[in-house]
Amino acid sequence: MAAVELNSVWKIYAGDVSAVKDVNLSIESGEFVVLVGPSGCGKSTTLRMIAGLESISKGEISIGDRVVNDVAPKDRDIAMVFQNYALYPHMTVEKNIAFSLKISGMPKDEINKRVQNVSEVLGLHDLLKRKPGALSGGQRQRVALGRAIARDPKVFLFDEPLSNLDAKLRVAMRTEMKSLHQRLATTTVYVTHDQEEAMTLGSRLVVMNAGQIQQVGTPIDIYNNPTNRFVAGFVGSPAMNFIEGKLQVKAGQTRFSRNGFDIFTGSVSNLPDTESDAVMGIRPQSILLASEGSSDSIPAKVDQVEPLGDQMDIKIRIHDDIAMIARVPLQTGVAAGSDIHIAYDSGKIHFFESHAEGTRINRGAE
Amino acid sequence: MNGKRFSISIPWVLVHLLLIAVSIVVIVPLLYLVISAFKTEQGFLEHTFIPIGEGALGIDWSQLTIRQFGRLFESEIGIGRALVNSVFLSATTAVLATFICALAGYASAALEFKGKRAFEWLVLAALIIPPPLLIAPSYQWLHTLGLLDSYTGLILPAVAPAFGVFLFRQATLQSVPKSILEAARIDGLGEFGIFLVIALPMLRPMVGAFLIITFLAMWNNFIGPQIVLQSAEKQPLSVVIYQTQTAYYSDYGLLMAGTLVSILPVAALFLFLQRDFIAGLSSGAVKG
Repeated sequence: MAAVELNSVWKIYAGDVSAVKDVNLSIESGEFVVLVGPSGCGKSTTLRMIAGLESISKGEISIGDRVVNDVAPKDRDIAMVFQNYALYPHMTVEKNIAFSLKISGMPKDEINKRVQNVSEVLGLHDLLKRKPGALSGGQRQRVALGRAIARDPKVFLFDEPLSNLDAKLRVAMRTEMKSLHQRLATTTVYVTHDQEEAMTLGSRLVVMNAGQIQQVGTPIDIYNNPTNRFVAGFVGSPAMNFIEGKLQVKAGQTRFSRNGFDIFTGSVSNLPDTESDAVMGIRPQSILLASEGSSDSIPAKVDQVEPLGDQMDIKIRIHDDIAMIARVPLQTGVAAGSDIHIAYDSGKIHFFESHAEGTRINRGAE
Repeated sequence: MNGKRFSISIPWVLVHLLLIAVSIVVIVPLLYLVISAFKTEQGFLEHTFIPIGEGALGIDWSQLTIRQFGRLFESEIGIGRALVNSVFLSATTAVLATFICALAGYASAALEFKGKRAFEWLVLAALIIPPPLLIAPSYQWLHTLGLLDSYTGLILPAVAPAFGVFLFRQATLQSVPKSILEAARIDGLGEFGIFLVIALPMLRPMVGAFLIITFLAMWNNFIGPQIVLQSAEKQPLSVVIYQTQTAYYSDYGLLMAGTLVSILPVAALFLFLQRDFIAGLSSGAVKG
């Protein structure tokens, strides 16, 4: 176990293309940190720099108390699991798991003991004599995991390890990885583009976009207090609704309008007095069905209904041109074409500066 | 499975007609060679294939013989020595060329190094130079280096064909995923170890194929030994068999028997390595 520290880390490719820009991150010993973001956001490059598979253009990375910028991957005491498993095809499962141990010159008995241990933990016993070609995707991923665990490294690095599995298996492996981490308590850096996977696995998330860290925090903190519009839109499913309009705050009273229609009036905490263009963000889960006469209710038209079991996503329009998605309980009997009334959970409304990646205006107690 | 029925369609017929035609083109000369090797002088001149006559099965047995094979191994021709020479030359070249081409091709596909682009251009450029063009300059080189009339002079120019480097470069790109090499790097293997222990086994089908290709090329090499080698006892099969013919008289029976003997080792090698042509070893290593 070891802490991992990234100090002003840059990755600059030929032609002055920066894949990672000034990343600062402290990962505590034993922590499970997930780097999450869309394709090309620099999360994999960051991970590969920690692994030593990419050089560091600027800045410093340390594992434990050792700066590893010029340390070869094999000497960093890390283990990595790749998206495509990267098993050695001509070796049996047993040899795959034992390979790094054998190279390090570990005595045979100790190797056997570790392989037995790992295969017990991951249920690989019956597969030890098989070659990767004879395994299913899930089994291969398990072997790749076993290969990493057998090394007993200071840090685990995972590069989208579950994205080649089908949905059901992915969820099962997710649970397994989480319990594995609880058991081994090894420092883990995990890369994924799947925000749901990130939320469920990470003790802390690092949301990245365009080579930069957008926000670092616990999953709940990031979900409730996104620092800007990008994070707000990326984390959470279905994605947050964004409405562009005019924000007026005066003496604690907030009014948000668009084309002359009031979309929200009421009080929102942590908002300074202002009168400017802004973007209102509200999660589908924070839009409630209201009865017609109740105060603050807004009339809306239902365009489409997507049932999800005990809940449903409804696509609605207010004031004719403002489309939103709401996630509401199923039993309300709302159908496409019907007229309803909605209300907002006003504690969960966010306001952002009006440009594309606008910073949040109503910063909570962060 | 009851949906699989044998059906004859027009494309099926056309494909099979074509295959039969090609097979005939391939098999007939071979058959001719085998039969001719067992015929007497007279039998060779009188009959195209099997000498027909009054003997059992309608064959004139008096026109068939194995005498030609005996003559091959007599001291005046000495095919035994030539056979050993050919095996040595071809095997050495094949092993060296395959190893060196695999090493260079792998490096050019999987590693980053200074001058990589220049190296790749050099390989491509070498590919488009017709080999006969190089006969005179390489003779000069061999003379300067004092390698004429030596096996080194014959083997050395053949151990790093650009074609092979290119072939292994493509094979590496296709069947050795980068992540496997990176996994090995993290696991603690050095770069040469990664090539030897990880990449080479994954390139095995290409290794098998290229061993055959290079072995055959040297086995059939006729001009090379003619130019480089001068001593009679160093000559390989291809040259020795040709030398059985003189300007005034062609001993076809002897020629056919010699050719048949020269084919057998190659056929054996092919049978031995052919499964590597087919094997797709890398399947299942990574998610495809």
